Amino acid sequence: MSLLHTVNKSPFERNGLQSCLRLAEDGHAVLLIEDAVVAALDGTEHAETIKNSAERLSVYVLGPDLDARGLPKDRIIDGIEVVDYDRFVALACEHDSIQSWL
Amino acid sequence: MSEEGTIKKLMYVNRKAPYGTIYALESLEVVLIGAAFDQQVSLAFVDDGVYQLARNQSTDGIGMKNFSPTYAALGDYDVRHIYVERESLETRGLTVEDLMPLTYEDEDDDWAEKDSLRVVDSRELAALMSEQDVVLSF
Repeated sequence: MSLLHTVNKSPFERNGLQSCLRLAEDGHAVLLIEDAVVAALDGTEHAETIKNSAERLSVYVLGPDLDARGLPKDRIIDGIEVVDYDRFVALACEHDSIQSWL
Repeated sequence: MSEEGTIKKLMYVNRKAPYGTIYALESLEVVLIGAAFDQQVSLAFVDDGVYQLARNQSTDGIGMKNFSPTYAALGDYDVRHIYVERESLETRGLTVEDLMPLTYEDEDDDWAEKDSLRVVDSRELAALMSEQDVVLSF
């Protein structure tokens, strides 16, 4: 089974992302949306964890949520792909199911 | 408010990123409403609250109102003390350069434009918090 995990809370405020990364299996996809997009930036205290996870998971971040918050795309961690809403829908279809980490 | 018109020290503490929840916008609206009363108001941005002040916010893609330009109006409402915690910026890989410049005009100094945003370390912010009459958290 291939799962798409969506995470919508900042890792500085809640531990949803940490739990997601701990419990997602190799090859799963993780999409950062809403306040979780702050986790996609390099240079934060969470960046190393995400970089390590990106080696075994496909990690995506929703572009419109980055733009809304003024977070620059040129500071996204290497290996994280910026996606739009159409690609979000496509990812949802490509996977067997979706797990939302609230 | 008392008949003598006592001026109280009021601090709004903002700890949430914008857009994901309604806290940031609600706080800003309360600050603007509260500015009508003559109180000594300050704002503190801590934890994910520092993201509220990020430059270049553009909400076209998410169908929500971009309320970030409103922070620049705070100076006109006599809100001149805006504190950002240094530690919160650092853990997020941010510097003051990533934030919007916020200023006010000083009527006692020929309307000179002065910075209202100040980065303070947690010890300094703790001291500021403990000297308030009221702290409102968002």
